[in-house]
Amino acid sequence: MASITILLDKCTGCMLCVKACPFGAIHMANKKAVIDMAKCTLCGACVEACKFSAIEIRRDAGPKKDLTAYKDIWVFCEQKKGAIQSISFELLGEGRKLADKLGVKLCAVILGSGIDDAAAELASRGADKIYMVDHPALKSYQDDPYTEVLVRLAEEYKPEAILCGATTIGRSLVSRVAIKIDAGLTADCTELDIDLKERLLLQTRPAFGGNIMATIVTPNHRPQMATVRHKVMKEAEIDATRKAEVIKKTYPGEVFNSRTKLLNIVEEIGETVNLSEADIIISGGRGMGKEGFALVNELAKVLGGAVGASRSAVDADWIPYSHQVGQTGKTVVPKLYIACGISGQIQHLIGMQSSKVIVAINKDPDAPIFKIATYGIVGDATEILPALTRAFRLVLNK
Amino acid sequence: MNIIVCIKQVPNTTDVRIDPVTNTLIRDGVESVINPFDAYAIEEAVRLKERCGGKVTVLTMGPPQAENALREAISLGCDEAVLVSDRKFAGSDTWATSYTLAAAIRKIGDYDIILCGKQASDGDTAQVGPGISAHLDIPQVTYVKKIEEISAEKAAVERMTEEGYDVVETPLPCLLTVVKEINTPRMPSLKGLMRAKSAKPFKWTADDIEADPAALGLDGSPTRVIKIFTPVQRKGGEILKGDTGDISKELAELLKDMVI
Repeated sequence: MASITILLDKCTGCMLCVKACPFGAIHMANKKAVIDMAKCTLCGACVEACKFSAIEIRRDAGPKKDLTAYKDIWVFCEQKKGAIQSISFELLGEGRKLADKLGVKLCAVILGSGIDDAAAELASRGADKIYMVDHPALKSYQDDPYTEVLVRLAEEYKPEAILCGATTIGRSLVSRVAIKIDAGLTADCTELDIDLKERLLLQTRPAFGGNIMATIVTPNHRPQMATVRHKVMKEAEIDATRKAEVIKKTYPGEVFNSRTKLLNIVEEIGETVNLSEADIIISGGRGMGKEGFALVNELAKVLGGAVGASRSAVDADWIPYSHQVGQTGKTVVPKLYIACGISGQIQHLIGMQSSKVIVAINKDPDAPIFKIATYGIVGDATEILPALTRAFRLVLNK
Repeated sequence: MNIIVCIKQVPNTTDVRIDPVTNTLIRDGVESVINPFDAYAIEEAVRLKERCGGKVTVLTMGPPQAENALREAISLGCDEAVLVSDRKFAGSDTWATSYTLAAAIRKIGDYDIILCGKQASDGDTAQVGPGISAHLDIPQVTYVKKIEEISAEKAAVERMTEEGYDVVETPLPCLLTVVKEINTPRMPSLKGLMRAKSAKPFKWTADDIEADPAALGLDGSPTRVIKIFTPVQRKGGEILKGDTGDISKELAELLKDMVI
């Protein structure tokens, strides 16, 4: 069993570890650090913070496995109705860099039905090799057949790492796959890099609603799996001259069996722009009032953006839940986020504070939203929005 | 119908603050609460019981103080509670956590449906629910916003997607992870609060759930945290002042390159 120890002869009582502990598990007694084992999760933050090497974590690592058979970086490419989703291009862009650092191939994996055309598109986005499984049962995402196929591919071809979008499909799929193939999986990464010496994928992700960042590795299991947040990595450039090796795999019929049945796919009317893929989001909160949301929609239309909302606007039934941004809604990273009549409770900020440019319009000059806004306007959003929409129309000649 | 709902005790996000001087997380006086998404899972479990009859067992893995979260769940209508707690679980990543919870669910035994919140507000992984169903090898539907129909053999549910929703039929037993839209959680009843006070949650250790020690805690976790740091805090920028028309024009000019 793993354990953590304070080396009393080395501990100087400097309290750096107390500050570093994200779980409040360390206190001082007789000028030495003491760890409350009921609270400690062995995360290792204190080990790193200690300047005197006075904290040790021991783990039973088990026998060192031979991981040399695993190579190449894989990107699971999501398709819906045959169209490859933009997150896949972002992953191919990032995967290219990682594969080049390691000196291995970048491979795209695509599952679907009638997807021959995808090969040229994935090659143009930088894939060296494409694993394609084409079967009617894979037309739309279903947990069972997708899991089974990806498990079989990974077991046969042994990738060093698998990247996947942190989307509804991605998170449902690879969470299952990682268990089945005994792999490490890190969720919702916003930064990836390679430790060349150890050949490890360095996976950095936010936790505690973005209040802390953690870098995570998978030292002794392969593949190293990660889901990656939308809109954080840059899309791979298109180069139509690029060619890729295409491997079409077939499997016996039972591989495609699904215990669940997809009865219907409903696309909600009015939701013209997918919130998590939008470059521009106009969000409305309590300060807009029910009628005021028409103004939010209007500006979104002029800017070609998506409409978001705070929790209070959703709870008041002014707009459906699918538009909610924040802790119990969606996390978004657009280039431009315009918050209208949103005060900026921490739960809302968690969902949008990584946006590149934030504009806040609010009556209350002390509203927390102004503390993170790139540009702020103090005033009634229902009065300012029409003027702003007019101004954008002029600029855009619309 | 036997329903199991898995919950997690998390720090209340509204309380989590960054010390501006040391740039570290202030945890003093941070209250622990039931993960917000799990509140919807609890409510849905209780509603299923009211609809179909049966029993709701609430399950959590955590330190001894996680018992408080279980009592709260009982006050909201859960019937029985199980706390799996052992030093051997410390340092569990999502692989080891889902393994441990799956082992506890096997010990609970007879179940028709397992409900989880879509993710926890401290880790935000959304990996443990699907992980449990993979360990148990039962079907799953994630991001469920509505249970349309349910019988002893199967359920039809709505799975939220980026574009709308899918209607999925799943045989039972199965695992569902739920989103906020599925219901509005009730307040605890007086009777519930009394029951919570006298309730005696089962407390199971690693040995009780017959878990493989090598698959537990830090040793059983494929992933390792090697560094924790606080991100650069975003600073407030410029407040535009003046006549509404003028500042609107000014802002439109400033953002021109972004919106074309």
